[in-house]
Amino acid sequence: MSRPFTPKVVTANDLLIGDVIYQTVDDGWTRDLAKAEILTDEADAQLRLLHAERQHTRLVGAYLADVNEGPDGPLPAHFREAFRASGPSNHNHGKQERTSHV
Amino acid sequence: MYEYTEFDHAFLTQRNTQFRAQVARRLDGSLSEEEFRPLRLMNGLYLQLHAYMLRVAVPYGTLSSKQIRKLAEISERWDKGYGHFTTRQNMQFNWPALRDVPDIMDALASAGMHAVQTSGNTIRNVTADPFAGAAADEVADPRHLAELIRQWSTDHPEFQFLGRKFKIAVTGSPHDRAVIRTNDIGLRVVERDGARGVQVFVGGGLGRTPLVAQEIRDFLPLDDLLPYLESILTVYNRLGRRDNKWKARIKILVQEHGIARIRELVEEEFPQRRATYAPDIVARQLELVAARFAQPVLKSAPTDPFTQAYDSDPVFRSWSDTNLAAHRDPDHAIVTISLKAHGATPGDVSADQMRLLADLAERYAHSELRVSPEQNVILPHVHKSDLPALHAALKLAGLGTANIGLASDIVACPGMDYCSLATARSIPVAQQIAERVDALKLEHDIGALKIRISGCINACGHHHVGHIGILGLDRAGVENYQITLGGDGSENTTIGARTGRGFAHDEIVPAIERLVHAYLDLRSDAEETFLQTLHRLGADPFKAALYPQTAIAAE
Repeated sequence: MSRPFTPKVVTANDLLIGDVIYQTVDDGWTRDLAKAEILTDEADAQLRLLHAERQHTRLVGAYLADVNEGPDGPLPAHFREAFRASGPSNHNHGKQERTSHV
Repeated sequence: MYEYTEFDHAFLTQRNTQFRAQVARRLDGSLSEEEFRPLRLMNGLYLQLHAYMLRVAVPYGTLSSKQIRKLAEISERWDKGYGHFTTRQNMQFNWPALRDVPDIMDALASAGMHAVQTSGNTIRNVTADPFAGAAADEVADPRHLAELIRQWSTDHPEFQFLGRKFKIAVTGSPHDRAVIRTNDIGLRVVERDGARGVQVFVGGGLGRTPLVAQEIRDFLPLDDLLPYLESILTVYNRLGRRDNKWKARIKILVQEHGIARIRELVEEEFPQRRATYAPDIVARQLELVAARFAQPVLKSAPTDPFTQAYDSDPVFRSWSDTNLAAHRDPDHAIVTISLKAHGATPGDVSADQMRLLADLAERYAHSELRVSPEQNVILPHVHKSDLPALHAALKLAGLGTANIGLASDIVACPGMDYCSLATARSIPVAQQIAERVDALKLEHDIGALKIRISGCINACGHHHVGHIGILGLDRAGVENYQITLGGDGSENTTIGARTGRGFAHDEIVPAIERLVHAYLDLRSDAEETFLQTLHRLGADPFKAALYPQTAIAAE
């Protein structure tokens, strides 16, 4: 029996900057995981991934990442995705740098 | 320092122009990522977890003051004001944007630097003993060979598409500070009957299958060096496995066929390769390369200021005892500057620190610096009378930590904080162990202890050759750390043995502390090192300290 499909987001790295981006409902890209489109249907997720992979002048290495549904949007399900969504733990760099300036 | 020839400058200019055009074609969509990826990797550009990463070559770990100033400038202009020294003596920038990389390459070239072949399935940047040209125990300066190999391997058309990456390391001393036997080829300059030659090892490597390189030739005349290296690479290129990435390194070939068979094949190939080189041409080329290494003119002065400071200042004395090594000239010392202040990221250096290092090297060390495979910076030629002033300047900048070779001088890869291959973090583990060791105020009592941490099985943190090795893994979505004991990266290269089950992120520091206390309890006297105690007693008493529950259950 195949495992039940768990919620996902489409994520990649920005081609120019290299930082982590997530696909949004309106076909755009956000740097904030909480604003990403949550995909709960497997077929839909595959189509959304294909759509991302076609944008090769915008991004690199699109894939589906597991998330948990939180009250304010998707939350990382694995510690690797948690680091991608925030930044390294030894310097206040990456996404956490921007949010800490707000 | 090696001074670039016109040919070297012209090559870099051409290469950078080519790469600039490749980046432009990627940005306008003419190149797909699949097409661009091998091109950027040939130029040291990776895409990591949060950003691109540029790995700048520091050939055989040698930098000039001018070069490290250029690295500082690059880090401030195009990165986040710091760089990271790796276990292969290179510098990595963690945050460059793709569109800026061609400009960074040009800036590097202006100081005789590049990122060529710091990645990809080619012959990588050659590493060498960081004490080269200065060590008291040296037979010959290994950098002359390393530079010759760099020139020969750069853009070598036959070896640009190997089955896997290929690493070469060179030492000129009996005491191995370049971990040569964990490389695909390890070379040691030796002397026999008054003639100079090379002892050649092949098939070493860490990673998923850690193996110590075996001797393939006990004495190779210097003039045969390049054709012999070509013979090894030809055998590897012909027989090496391309079907499975995990079995593609030459170490697997040596393991599968045996060193005797590989030696036979290499010797069979050798006469044809040798015939393509004119007699004496390699030896003559080596002399030309050696002539381009400007030798520092060592100063002559009384060493009294050193003796006075050593006798009167306990902080200076402690630093001298741990951070200095014997120079070939008894009035000079080799200074290792620790980039491991307790709680700092191993190998990280800020732009301000880089500029200070450049100034100090200029003032006290013939404008020459080295990067060590243990992620520290070395001033290879400092007159002893200058040591008190040098130490004072370092201390003021937070670079005076007296911990070389001690428990807090930890080697760690970037791990999950940066690396897209990592399975767990390694930097915070290193930081926490160093802080704990400092809080216990025990590290000078503990003495020589090499702790090495890798954040995945690829072993960039060289955990296999740590006296205590730590390997971070992902176990069912949680970070888990395995411990190995008894590894040794010296001339007695040994792969450490796993102790048993791993530890969670919040358990690993207490586990290391238990090991250290066990050693202090078990050693015969203060002179017996951690490694000697382990060799004398075996791993069992250390395992009992690591796993007290299991030990109680067995009683």
